[in-house]
Amino acid sequence: MLLKLTWLIPLYPLIGSIINGFFGLKLGKRLVGLIAAGSVALSFITTLLVFLGFLLLPEDQHVFEQVLFTWMSAGDFNVDFGFQIDPLSLTMMSFVTGVGFLIHVYSIGYMHEEYSFYRFFAYLNLFMFAMLLLVMGNNFLIMFIGWEGVGCCSYFLIGYYFEKKSACDAGTKAFIVNRVGDFAFLLAVMYIFNIFGTIDYTEVFHAAPEKLIYGGEAVTIITLLLFIGATGKSAQIPLYTWLPDAMEGPTPVSALIHAATMVTAGVFMVVRSSALFNLAPGTMMVVAFIGAGTAIFAATIGMTQYDIKRVLAYSTCSQIGYMFLACGVGAYTAAIFHMVTHAFFKACLFLGSGSVIHGVHGEQDMRKMGGLKKYMPVTYGTFLISTLAIAGIPPLSGFFSKDEVLYHSLTDGNIILWGMGISAALLTGFYMFRLVFMTFHGESRVDPHVHPHESPKIMTMPLVILAGLAVGGGLLGIPLIHGWHILHNWLEPVLHFDLASALQHSEHMLHEAGKHAPSWDHLLLPKEHNVGLELFLMLFSVIIAVTGISAAYIFYVRKPELPGRLTEGQWGYEIVKNKYMVDELYDETIVKPTIEGSKFLWKSADAQGIDGAVNGVAKTIGWFSEKARVFQSGFVRNYALFIVIGFIGLMIIAF
Amino acid sequence: MAPLSHYLILSAILFSIGVLGVLVRRNAIVVFMSVEIMLNAVNISLIAFDRNMNLHDGQIFSFMVMCVAAAEVSVGLAIIISLFRNKPTVNLDEFNILKW
Repeated sequence: MLLKLTWLIPLYPLIGSIINGFFGLKLGKRLVGLIAAGSVALSFITTLLVFLGFLLLPEDQHVFEQVLFTWMSAGDFNVDFGFQIDPLSLTMMSFVTGVGFLIHVYSIGYMHEEYSFYRFFAYLNLFMFAMLLLVMGNNFLIMFIGWEGVGCCSYFLIGYYFEKKSACDAGTKAFIVNRVGDFAFLLAVMYIFNIFGTIDYTEVFHAAPEKLIYGGEAVTIITLLLFIGATGKSAQIPLYTWLPDAMEGPTPVSALIHAATMVTAGVFMVVRSSALFNLAPGTMMVVAFIGAGTAIFAATIGMTQYDIKRVLAYSTCSQIGYMFLACGVGAYTAAIFHMVTHAFFKACLFLGSGSVIHGVHGEQDMRKMGGLKKYMPVTYGTFLISTLAIAGIPPLSGFFSKDEVLYHSLTDGNIILWGMGISAALLTGFYMFRLVFMTFHGESRVDPHVHPHESPKIMTMPLVILAGLAVGGGLLGIPLIHGWHILHNWLEPVLHFDLASALQHSEHMLHEAGKHAPSWDHLLLPKEHNVGLELFLMLFSVIIAVTGISAAYIFYVRKPELPGRLTEGQWGYEIVKNKYMVDELYDETIVKPTIEGSKFLWKSADAQGIDGAVNGVAKTIGWFSEKARVFQSGFVRNYALFIVIGFIGLMIIAF
Repeated sequence: MAPLSHYLILSAILFSIGVLGVLVRRNAIVVFMSVEIMLNAVNISLIAFDRNMNLHDGQIFSFMVMCVAAAEVSVGLAIIISLFRNKPTVNLDEFNILKW
């Protein structure tokens, strides 16, 4: 039974992390790298075996649960520590371990000069463990452990260069901003337990249509809270500010955690809870608009940044916005599809940027790059492929996934959402090619003392593989032809949702409560798959992408002086360049009041109230002692006097 | 023969003089002598009771007190001498270290 191996998958990275964390310094870098990458490779292989085992299951069985033990049992509250293997978690596990393995290999090359090499790999393995728990758990609490675990590892790794203040601050920021979302997530889990009496996925999702009224208050609150949790982890408006700062961490971390896996956890969570989200049309609208809004918002900031990694970070925000847009219009398959392809090309882009940074000795400012094409051909090639993929040029993977998102945003959503999505696509083409042109083309602006060089094989190999995946990933979801969308067919059992019966249940519940059910008939109209429209949209978005690329070409290759002239003195540009002042806004409205409030509490409540009480007690006792010590004068005569007085006193009392 | 109360009053007066002496005098030797007066005041009352009640315990007890007084004298004088060796005085106002 291959499925019985499931529990080993998260265990390997955990063991690797423990070995490296405790004995890493003695093992030597070679062995540390081998253990770290090896443990993830084992996980990957085991995942493939489990995948195979799952495929061998009988046709009608779409979920396999492995319960290891009862984790806690308190009254009605029972939580099993178990894993759920279904098409969704298998998809996530495969690309998490696969991309994770490649990034581990790359890191061996990228980090080889670091002193605390072992610390890096211990954290990275721990991250893999937490991420696998997150995607594999069979209830919300296991997901929450993974959720917190990845957040914690993200904090460790952003602050990896802890001697740098900016890195420490960025880590703290990421942690605190995430905490806001985590809090909402935890509240949602409590609410779910309150309603369902369980937090097991299968039971909750099965009971959801019978216990929650379509569009009702309870389900809307639950899903909104879940979504707030997702915005924290997945860097969406309003909690996205931590992600660009998170680029303080080493580049492989940015690739693994802040591009490919962790930041997509929010999307995974929404897709996993699709049974709940489907019942809350209000929340879905919020999700879609937040997603589309972030897509376009982050893309505009991305156009103005000069730090190569920050551009990619904003690009990540923007692409995850697409995924939420897809979730919000109910196109969960499209969201997962874009998540997978994004993991491929964005990991490749980040690793490519790492290779560039490595090649120019730690320089991250694109104004000091340029013309690197001839020095690092492999990096350039893979970077270009991934950039084309993210810009949505056929037949690369990003084209398929992004178009699916856009198509659904129009057919299942509305024209505003589609307009936002397509504008973001235009900006994507522009800022990504701005990045490519500024880095690899044109005159070299590299510091003359620096000699750019191509990275070693151990770093370029993962790049090549990821670029290959970025090219071929689109095959997972071939559009237009019915039944050829592999991912759609594969995920169908997980995402299956019977709206008609859910509405019937809701109507029934409303009647029992003595209320009148609104008319939901229009929701049940069958939707045509409009091939012509899809084809037209594809063509349109390709034109849009090419327009963006051409604009970047004109601005940064043909007339490099043009952007400077256009933006000179434009207040709009300045605002965007300063990231819409959102950080400053948060500083003023949240951070500073908190600090001021804390200072007030420190000075009044703590220093005066609590310290005052403690010191007051000591002072009172001291005062009495001061009075009492007069009696102990040291003169024998006085002591004798007290004896006499005492004696006389006793006599008076006695008689 | 004088009644018992006379002896007791004498004893009380002597004892009070002794107490006052201990409390108010500054010279260590005089304080010491005052202590002796107090002891002997007690002796007087012991003997007076002894005679009055025709017992002999009081006499034995007063010998006991004298023995203790003699022992005390030897120790006390030794203390006074060692005090005098530390500071060239036996004025008790100079000695107030009995508080630690």
